[in-house]
Amino acid sequence: MALELKDISQRVGADIHIHDTSVTFENGSFNVLLGTTLAGKTTLMQLIAGIQKPTSGEIWFKGKNITKLPVQKRNVSVVYQQFINYPNFTVYDNIASPLRVAGMDAAEIDVRVNKAADLLRLTTMLQRKPSELSGGQQQRTAIARAMVKDSDIILLDEPLANLDYKLREELREELPKLFAGRDAIVVYATTEPSEALLFGGNTATMHEGRITQFGPTAGVYRKPSNLISAQVFSEPPMNTAKITKRGTEIVIFNSIKWPAGRAEKTLPDGDYTIGIRPHNIATEGHGKAVGAIKGRVLVTELSGSESIIHCDIDGQTWISQSHGIHPFDVGETAKLFVDIDQSLFFGTNNEFIA
Amino acid sequence: MAKITLKNLKHSYLPFPTEDSHYSLKKMSLDWADGGAYALLGPSGCGKTTLLNLISGLLIPTEGSILFDGRDVSRATPEERNIAQVFQFPVIYDTMTVYDNLAFPLRNRGVAEVEIDKRVHEIAGMLDLTKTLKNRASGLTADGKQKISLGRGLVRSDVNVIMFDEPLTVIDPHLKWKLRSKLKELHQRTRRTMIYVTHDQTEALTFADQVVVMKDGEIVQTGTPIELFERPMHTFVGHFIGSPGMNVLPCEVKAGKAIFAGQNIATVNAKSYKGKSQKLELGVRPEFVSFAKKGIPVDIVKVADAGRFRIVETRNGTSSIKLLVPEGEDIPSGKTHLSFDATHTQVYENGWMVGGRT
Repeated sequence: MALELKDISQRVGADIHIHDTSVTFENGSFNVLLGTTLAGKTTLMQLIAGIQKPTSGEIWFKGKNITKLPVQKRNVSVVYQQFINYPNFTVYDNIASPLRVAGMDAAEIDVRVNKAADLLRLTTMLQRKPSELSGGQQQRTAIARAMVKDSDIILLDEPLANLDYKLREELREELPKLFAGRDAIVVYATTEPSEALLFGGNTATMHEGRITQFGPTAGVYRKPSNLISAQVFSEPPMNTAKITKRGTEIVIFNSIKWPAGRAEKTLPDGDYTIGIRPHNIATEGHGKAVGAIKGRVLVTELSGSESIIHCDIDGQTWISQSHGIHPFDVGETAKLFVDIDQSLFFGTNNEFIA
Repeated sequence: MAKITLKNLKHSYLPFPTEDSHYSLKKMSLDWADGGAYALLGPSGCGKTTLLNLISGLLIPTEGSILFDGRDVSRATPEERNIAQVFQFPVIYDTMTVYDNLAFPLRNRGVAEVEIDKRVHEIAGMLDLTKTLKNRASGLTADGKQKISLGRGLVRSDVNVIMFDEPLTVIDPHLKWKLRSKLKELHQRTRRTMIYVTHDQTEALTFADQVVVMKDGEIVQTGTPIELFERPMHTFVGHFIGSPGMNVLPCEVKAGKAIFAGQNIATVNAKSYKGKSQKLELGVRPEFVSFAKKGIPVDIVKVADAGRFRIVETRNGTSSIKLLVPEGEDIPSGKTHLSFDATHTQVYENGWMVGGRT
């Protein structure tokens, strides 16, 4: 029993918005669609909701083909990035609106609205109009409305993007708790890797209209099946370079030699792309499998507890993110140390090797 | 470029303000040195945009004055103040080329074409726009357009200050990293006075040499990113800066010692407490909490994987205490103990760091 997308695609004229995609979301699961703007997240959600129809393929829900079922009959709730509420309704009436449409009796509505308001800390706001609320409270109202009816599918399209940083942090912590223990399928779209990580659940990395990988979030992050998934799921951006592995050595930037580390055994000799997350490049080297490299500092960002050093290495920009304060000057040569055992290796077709 | 001074600046949107609550911006004084990189950081409604509009001349202050290099400009028009401003959404002319967009502020001021050409190419070079100079701006992506807005802010060499109002809010995370470091690089190269307004702590801390943290129309603390991180003067700063924010726990202070959960906790400043029996709290960032054999007994409530570290939420009684554990390190399960780094644990009285205010 689940939501299944079977080989669906979406074309608009000559443009392909979604390439042939198959994916299954289980009941009671929290699923993140992670990708940049225009990766296809919103289109995929609209196909699930029934707001758009796929050009080809089928959508099945609980064993039934719902491809042709209109949005009104799909029992879906959607929360958008823009706060959408009825401006002339109170918070109470906003939350109650889908239940009234469904013809529920007033006593049951009251119970449900109060419960949703309690979960989303809106109890003292129920008699206010949306214009009297902060942005965070307005979005909480929209989320409460999405939750109040027992939707089978809840779609959240970058719901925190327009909120203040700290509010985002708060709601990010609350959201999974709200859906825990429910049977609904939650699909959450975001451009931020950190958000996907903190939600846990499952993540689908998306790129140019394709799902490049889908699975439990920590697994997709630590074992990306291809270079694109790794890049989509890395913030700051992943550092990459072509390398040649020969025996106990890795040759990078044509002539620099590094120890192969664990790759000595797991990687056959040959040409690869190495992917190094910025936090695996430090300003000092420890342990055995460390690769040293020099870069010309473009800029150093100090966040109070961490240093983010942007370097030019052989015409490429690499980023190191390390604990502590390491104030390098612009133009200075920085010596950096790469934790090779934490690096990822991809083959000539960008597939994950080790 | 200019030194900027705010002197007892106050602003109210009401015509006849009589009490403190009528002011969106409460009494504010500060000095910004010529050539510095500054950030105004705070939540929505804290008054940061009001302050920005007062500096740019879109608003006239109710009280107090604004000085550029000692010259009072409080009532000068925006044009007379000679500033550049970059907004949240790209403001560009879609029908013009990238070149003409960059040249626009200079042509407006009657700068000679030879000089314009030199400046446009210089700025385009810094922003990696040289190859697209002849393209129409309408065909560019959101970050490409915002780059032009940044370029237009930077192209005039005679402005007193360049102000950025949440310039990266609409940009995707991957590109945000690029544009943010580009902006910092541009500041280091050009040494213009820059003021950056944002609610995003990462942007403020990584961009600015000095960050002004605002809340409810007031400055709560001004400091370097390191000062704000290591010595938050108010629990609000501790909470607002850092992700997750500082742990704030109820405590007592007796005979110069802080007590939490029935245990003595070593702190930086408990000795300075003069005993006014006000609300006392202990502040310690998740970065300065670690697992220990003995110490504060806690239950582990939740572990969230943030990639390079995990955020562990623990509980002692009704107090929640968070700590950060690097990727790959073990996390005990069930019941355990915590210890706080004494050099980064502070006592706060009614929100303010004990002995912190002078």
